[in-house]
Amino acid sequence: MKKHHITLTVNGDEYDALVEPQQTLLDTLRDTLMLTGTKEGCATGDCGACSVIVDGTLQCACLMLGVEANGAKVETIEGMAKGDKLHPLQKAILEHNGLQCGICTPGVLIAAKALLDRNPDPTETETRFWLAGNLCRCTGYDKLIKSVLVAAKEMRGA
Amino acid sequence: MSELRYEAPESVSAAVALLAGAKGTTRVLAGGTDVIVQMETELIEPELIVDIKKIPEVRGISAESGGFRVGAATTGMQICDHAVFAKAWPGVIEGVKLIGSIQVKGRASMGGNLCNASPGADSVPPMFTAGALARVVGPKGVRDVPVEQIPTAPGKTSLAKDEIITSFFFPARPKLSGDAYQRFTPRTEMDIAVTGVAINLVLDDKGICKDARVAIGAVAPTALLVKDAGAALVGDAAIEKMVAACRAACKPIDDKRGTKEFRIEVTGVLAKRVAKVALERALANK
Repeated sequence: MKKHHITLTVNGDEYDALVEPQQTLLDTLRDTLMLTGTKEGCATGDCGACSVIVDGTLQCACLMLGVEANGAKVETIEGMAKGDKLHPLQKAILEHNGLQCGICTPGVLIAAKALLDRNPDPTETETRFWLAGNLCRCTGYDKLIKSVLVAAKEMRGA
Repeated sequence: MSELRYEAPESVSAAVALLAGAKGTTRVLAGGTDVIVQMETELIEPELIVDIKKIPEVRGISAESGGFRVGAATTGMQICDHAVFAKAWPGVIEGVKLIGSIQVKGRASMGGNLCNASPGADSVPPMFTAGALARVVGPKGVRDVPVEQIPTAPGKTSLAKDEIITSFFFPARPKLSGDAYQRFTPRTEMDIAVTGVAINLVLDDKGICKDARVAIGAVAPTALLVKDAGAALVGDAAIEKMVAACRAACKPIDDKRGTKEFRIEVTGVLAKRVAKVALERALANK
């Protein structure tokens, strides 16, 4: 099968990759670039576990081909902490028990970051609607939502 | 899997030529939220994918003849974030907002929603009632087609294999006009319509309805423009007649999301509610 050469930026680092035409961005991140922080849940765009930010837009990495990401700037969970310093969202989710098994967590964190990039002061309802595409089978969502609101408050310096 | 070829041409004519030259199954790739899932689950095994997103005219929203031209691959998030379009066509926005999660709307487009031809596609009934025109480009040239003539059956459209929808035209919005879309689903988010109704009204300066379009979704093999229902609202606003026309047009299936009887009943209930919202919006649009 003819492979395509792509160049993309992930968390500020430039990568070259050879991808097969049907290979998704999710497979490209996990299997080609070995960035396995982004999780595969359903692979059909329903669960949000593979949420990434591509050129500023939140999306599922399983709903995009790797070849479509040629030239794109991608943000994944690996870029969230700065060295040993956790992002306020990561800190809040740990402190408020916003995770259990961890499969949804990278996607939730990326989706929540996309929300706060756009709206630093979301209401609880806005947060719940925004995260409706991120399924979590452990927490019952309440602790997740609380974590996001706590982090948002901290980030606003309030 | 057979050998798959991916192409991303930068002009419509190149895209059309690629499609015309292919022997096997082809797919036009806009947001990919249906096509990629269908490939992943092996529902389709295309030999050629033509990604149209590098073609300038399929992306973005611009003013045209007092209305709007919306690129067929413009994403749901771009449409929802376009304040001027959203103010003119709140019913269309209500449909687009229901296309999956925020993540899905970051990719999915109205062109894809229409051409995937799901009977329950949420942006389709409000496009029908808006009187939107699809710009179809093929080897023989360009034609503008009313959107209600595009879907023909679940997963099927009237487009030839080498034709592409590049954009939609939404006509100028007169004063005292308003539209709305609502659907019924067991969950509030991330669900597929059991039934949906869109209504677009234009009132005269005395507040009497002079033009009305009503469309229903998820209750027949395609979304349907119900002309009798629209006609019932013109002049004497015969709500019960409009509701009866909507119910009579329903040809639903029984499935896990709802029975035929339930779908027909709820379609009428929604039609009443949606007419009320469209009327309020039209009256407020001075």
